[in-house]
Amino acid sequence: MSELVIPYRVQPHPLTGVTSGKLGIWLFLASEVMLFGSLFSSYVLLRVGSPDQFWPSGVEAGLSVPIGTFNTLVLIGSSVTMVMSWASLKMGNLGGFKRYIGATIGLGSLFLVVKAFEYSTKFSHGIYPSVGWPELTDPSMFYGLYFTFTGLHALHVLLGVLANLWLLIWGVALWQTDRDRFAGRIEISGLYWHFVDLVWIFLFPVLYLL
Amino acid sequence: MSQSEAEHVKEHVRVYLMVFSALAVLTVVTVAISYLSLSTGYAIGVAMVVATVKASLVALYFMHLISEEKVILWLLGLCAAFIVVLMLLPVFTESGIAPLWPL
Repeated sequence: MSELVIPYRVQPHPLTGVTSGKLGIWLFLASEVMLFGSLFSSYVLLRVGSPDQFWPSGVEAGLSVPIGTFNTLVLIGSSVTMVMSWASLKMGNLGGFKRYIGATIGLGSLFLVVKAFEYSTKFSHGIYPSVGWPELTDPSMFYGLYFTFTGLHALHVLLGVLANLWLLIWGVALWQTDRDRFAGRIEISGLYWHFVDLVWIFLFPVLYLL
Repeated sequence: MSQSEAEHVKEHVRVYLMVFSALAVLTVVTVAISYLSLSTGYAIGVAMVVATVKASLVALYFMHLISEEKVILWLLGLCAAFIVVLMLLPVFTESGIAPLWPL
């Protein structure tokens, strides 16, 4: 039985001008845009419809702006190292690729550690997704949205870290046999990682600053 | 990978570092604006404008949308149209133009 090979893995499709993998990741990201878009739409509806006394700002709710700012810079930094890992491959520098993607994995992990610290602080104060504001029994949706948004985002970060880890440890073997295809995989992983960064760029002001 | 392609990417590296600097500065600007005594409406508006500029920088330069094929741009354009509808729904609902409930 002959092996089934996905066409246009390296060469772009003559009609679309992009490879199959790239078209696939963009279709996936389009679905992700709608997923997070629907959550943001829910946020606007619930926030505008809530009386002010039941909707705290991030600072009033006990979120730390310095920690949020630090995590934002960490994620932006990881986006740069991600694109630099791809650029290194394009310049034929495998060592540079390994350093940059290692830095991306490290920064992504640091983001998750900081987020876990923030969560544990909230839990230790008896704050969970279902509690209200200003008293823990009031009918506010703030914490429900905070944990939903940040939890879903953190899950995306975790998947990105794991994907990059796989590419660094096992996936890199492809570099020896098909350099263009491996560079394509890093580009696809990078597109996902930049999207995760892009979502946080909106989440940070919405949850922490407004 | 050809030599010319490698040279082309090398030129891009400087742009990536400039975009990173711009994103870091805009993050500080976002935080600084939040300390101004703006009304909620203005604060949300300004924060979203800065966030949109930052997101555009990431999408255009890190995700290479600035030089991407039309099929991808059309796909994202369709997404953007749906997002606008999603964002307008709660606004219209709360303004009473098109209440969603009671149904």
